[in-house]
Amino acid sequence: MATKNILKKNTMLIALGVVMVLFQVLIVRGDKGSLFAPNNISNLFFQNSYVVILAAGMLLCILTGGNIDLSVGSVVAFVGAMAGTLIVTKGVNIYLSIVICLLLGAAIGAWQGFWIAYMRIPAFIVTLAGMLVWRGLALVTLGGLTISPFPEEYTRYFNTFIPGADASKATVFRTTMLVAVSVCVLAIALQVFSRIQKKRKGYAAESIFLFLFKLLFLCAVVVAIAWLLGLHKGIPVILILLAIVVFIYIYYTTSTVPGRHLYAMGGNEKAAQLSGINTNRVLFGAYTNMGFLSSLAALVVVSRFNSAAPTAGTNYEMDAIASCYIGGASAYGGTGTVGGAVIGAIFMGVLNNGMSILGIDSNWQRFVKGMVLLVAVAFDVISKKRSKAV
Amino acid sequence: MANYLLEMKHITKLFPGTRALDDVNLQVEEGEIHALIGENGAGKSTLMNVLSGIYPYGSYEGDIVFDGNICKFHTIKDSEKAGIAIIHQELALVPYLSIGENMFLGRERGNVLRVNWNETYHKAAELLSLVGLHEDPHTLIKDIGVGKQQLVEIAKAMGKAAKFLILDEPTASLNEDDSKRLLDLLLRFKRQGMTIIIISHKLSDIEYVADKITILRDGATIETLTKGVDDCSEARIIRGMVGRELSNRFPSREKREGEVILEVRDWTVYHPLNENQKVCDNVNIKLRRGEVVGISGLMGAGRTELAMSIFGKSYGRNISGTLLLNGKETHLNSAKAAIDHKIAYVTEDRKTSGLVLGMPIRENTTLAMLSKVSHNKVLNKDMENQVAREYADKLRTKCSGIDQQVGSLSGGNQQKVLLSKWMFAEPEILILDEPTRGIDVGVKYEIYLIINQLVAEGKSVLILSSELPEIIGMCDRIYVMNEGRIVGELMQAEANQERIMATILQSGKGA
Repeated sequence: MATKNILKKNTMLIALGVVMVLFQVLIVRGDKGSLFAPNNISNLFFQNSYVVILAAGMLLCILTGGNIDLSVGSVVAFVGAMAGTLIVTKGVNIYLSIVICLLLGAAIGAWQGFWIAYMRIPAFIVTLAGMLVWRGLALVTLGGLTISPFPEEYTRYFNTFIPGADASKATVFRTTMLVAVSVCVLAIALQVFSRIQKKRKGYAAESIFLFLFKLLFLCAVVVAIAWLLGLHKGIPVILILLAIVVFIYIYYTTSTVPGRHLYAMGGNEKAAQLSGINTNRVLFGAYTNMGFLSSLAALVVVSRFNSAAPTAGTNYEMDAIASCYIGGASAYGGTGTVGGAVIGAIFMGVLNNGMSILGIDSNWQRFVKGMVLLVAVAFDVISKKRSKAV
Repeated sequence: MANYLLEMKHITKLFPGTRALDDVNLQVEEGEIHALIGENGAGKSTLMNVLSGIYPYGSYEGDIVFDGNICKFHTIKDSEKAGIAIIHQELALVPYLSIGENMFLGRERGNVLRVNWNETYHKAAELLSLVGLHEDPHTLIKDIGVGKQQLVEIAKAMGKAAKFLILDEPTASLNEDDSKRLLDLLLRFKRQGMTIIIISHKLSDIEYVADKITILRDGATIETLTKGVDDCSEARIIRGMVGRELSNRFPSREKREGEVILEVRDWTVYHPLNENQKVCDNVNIKLRRGEVVGISGLMGAGRTELAMSIFGKSYGRNISGTLLLNGKETHLNSAKAAIDHKIAYVTEDRKTSGLVLGMPIRENTTLAMLSKVSHNKVLNKDMENQVAREYADKLRTKCSGIDQQVGSLSGGNQQKVLLSKWMFAEPEILILDEPTRGIDVGVKYEIYLIINQLVAEGKSVLILSSELPEIIGMCDRIYVMNEGRIVGELMQAEANQERIMATILQSGKGA
């Protein structure tokens, strides 16, 4: 029973493992290299950084009651266009530009949040309008043209590795492993400390076996990834940014009062209201935050492509929404975790990456991704129905 | 022997945890108007749902004999085919469709590919004239009043060639004139040979139309009175409705009354959608420290609306009146403000507005007062655990642990979690709306004990309940509410079920 529960809770993680192994077998048999080639792992992070950021924000919107934000792709394009204009065309100070872009994103989010939360216009409609409006403004800003390249001074915050490019191979490997090991030690220390605290206060803690297994698994993954990254160029700066974003949002959703309000509102808005929660403000906050994270994603994207294009960000909203649902968020709100959304994003990333290496036609790739989304959500819904029936 | 059109024999219907109908017998003669009467929860609606196939054959015990045949209705369509039509209290009309479209909803004229609108509207007009409603059948339902909507429902039933009509509280939302018109229509149908069952709380209506009256109480038939044979006076009927004994189901407590802590003056609330409808009309109530006050009334009397409008204007619009807390005028504009002023409102509907069913007990317990388990908006989960466990122990909530999802608990334990949540908010004034609805007797007693304990701690409790024994057994003072107004005030010593019922019914007649 206990093992069954653990399996159930981590279905997507297991599915991710299965998909990775499957691709690896197919890739190696087709003699097309390896999914786990050091440079490919590094690539995976670069390719999917924006999805992870957007998925974290999208999850908050979905939590409030299944509301989605269709405008994020267009917001990415518009903020990207602004970044291009400010940094490249106008030559404004880089840090000032970054701040302006982030504020612009938050303002866009607040604008949409106002209509959704206080005027109670369905999120679907407001963000559909936003999808057109911000894309239009992106085109206007750029005059339909692409701005490039961005100065190295800007891109180094997103595209480089730690340690720098001129470090020797041995230094790269050593530094990477050192960071990984310190992360592991820190994680172990924190976990052990909280477990001791729990025991001392007499709270129920998970079984020691499970506890050790979890920790070991986590450390093994961290070390394995670091090993591969170390063999390539080191730790991508973007990975640190992602880690910070993911950590903050996990903490926000699980350990803070506003985070709890998100779940309460999505679970039962009426009950939340009668418990004194200002649900309008919760909804407003979720969409403002989505705008902010969209602009962060925009900054990452322009750096990665080293250009600001009016077509940037197309379909990004779909990637983010799909990641949340694949990661176990409920389409009705109230359930779902940031961790799940991140796993969903990685899952989509691995699918993309694996299929590209295998040389599968990009049209078929879309088909496969669509089917995976449907199957993942159907699986979730059906298994929940069954557990209810029992 | 009389010619019974309908006989319901030994009907027993069980719901999880309760016996909604217990060996009910009902006999209705052809061509009579038969009234069904009883308190809320006596089983009237359940009985009619059994009859009309909403609860299918097999989900109840006993036999339904209609027109000489034993009926096995599986859906409402089956009973309609047999000629039984039921008109529910909440009308089943689509507001943005026309009268004609509504009347033939699900039985559209013409065929799948082409609806014959000419026939639809022609037939509709014919049926409407039958019920004496002179409206263009193209009019949208939302544009006609409730009284006319009721007539549309009846016309719709006539269109199904019904010979047996069931009306559940048809006059509840009608004014005097419309009620009279409707009742006269029923009498005319009767003369034309129609058989009718009418459920109503308005004794005057029943006196006017009914040939026989069957009284239900606690899911059982008590008696059937025949007009002209038996005594059908109001007093007689009320005695039949409430005549159960008050056993020792309520724990006693020491009386202790302090100063007035809550006072509501001239409180008027309008319906949130229908701006001309007064839901609470000039209500004046007082609550003292350490006092348990009850508000009694039938469903739809406006109790919940009153409580929710006091609780940070969570219901209604154009709220006017004065709210005094500890003698000081206070404006509460949100649920948060109410909670901050130490008021708690425990909703009557724990599933839709009380608990977040997908969340564990722990998170539900602290939801109304997260500031007590957090510091700078960061939750202290250890403290939260401790609090949740403390309340689960204190209220003896049966659960596998505080991380169990609330949705998987039984009704009584859900109610305890809901109470924990509001006790944790440390209110001075607790408004309990139907605190023991759908809970078995043992847990009810526990909840009464909790109430007494709260009072002993100096808190004040306002109980809203449609269960008369509960109100009488628990409250020091009782307000009787009907149609949005306070129509009476009784002390515990002088309160009994007959008096409360009589107060309600008499006030209804005067209006």
